[in-house]
Amino acid sequence: MKKLMGKNKINGGIKFLIIVLIFYLIIALFNFSVVKNAFLNFLTMLIKIIPMLGIVFIIMILVNLFFTKQKIAKHLGENSGTKGWIYAMISGILVSGPPYILFPLLGNLKKEGMKNSLVAVFLYNRNIKIPFLPVMIYYFGLNFTVILSFYIIIFSVLNGKIIGWLIKDRI
Amino acid sequence: MKFASRKFILKKSFFKALQTFKTSFPIMIGILLLVNLINIFAKDYYSKIFTGNIILDPLAGALAGSFSFGIPITSYIIGGELLKEGISLIAIAAFIMSWSTVGMAMLPLEAKSLGKRFALIRNGLNFIFAIVISILTILTLKVF
Repeated sequence: MKKLMGKNKINGGIKFLIIVLIFYLIIALFNFSVVKNAFLNFLTMLIKIIPMLGIVFIIMILVNLFFTKQKIAKHLGENSGTKGWIYAMISGILVSGPPYILFPLLGNLKKEGMKNSLVAVFLYNRNIKIPFLPVMIYYFGLNFTVILSFYIIIFSVLNGKIIGWLIKDRI
Repeated sequence: MKFASRKFILKKSFFKALQTFKTSFPIMIGILLLVNLINIFAKDYYSKIFTGNIILDPLAGALAGSFSFGIPITSYIIGGELLKEGISLIAIAAFIMSWSTVGMAMLPLEAKSLGKRFALIRNGLNFIFAIVISILTILTLKVF
């Protein structure tokens, strides 16, 4: 658990935030009102999204609770057939994690027999994130969210088929 | 399942979500700060870049999304705010799509883990798909 909570190292995200704040500071030296307006707009935006982030956090816990990496590995093997495509779609939608964790994980699964097409399907469906959907609905409406999600799923299959056709699996 | 085991899994899920937030939150805050700053300078130019053209708008949106990074929720927030500034929904849709399907910043890592050919083809294909999906989404929205 200690490992999950992390150590006192500064991560890349915090470094990025510090760089942005330094950028703000430099511009403030030349034009304070611009920085003040930008910061006030940022605060307005942040106040609006904080309650939504609470909902996102709860849904993320639920998804983590019911969906583990072990379950994906079990269902995406080389002989997974049509079921493998469906699992790849569902896994892509449900599994959370930054690319720097998912790419090496998928690299390992590929070595264990996961097809290129299924990797592509998995990665494409990462675009639908259930915990984040309330935010998309809030900004763009339910119709937009449903239609976009529908096309993502359809095009994920097309994506997998084209990649499977262009890149042959090493057996 | 025993109560102690359930409690452990719940705790693990909680800390995993917390870890995702801990990593993503500073990037999200940084990007939102940056977007609000850029918005002040770029506001007047949006109408010149995004003219409402059905091909050029999603192309510009997809290009912007391809070079951005962070969890998808950040792209929704930025997209929502840009929509208020008058940028077309078709450009926003392409931006959101390419944000998480095309990753120029993560391309070296993807190539290392999944192969150079795989990474290049996948990202190229996803860039085209981002434009196509955004056009289809807006056309479908007009029907419903």
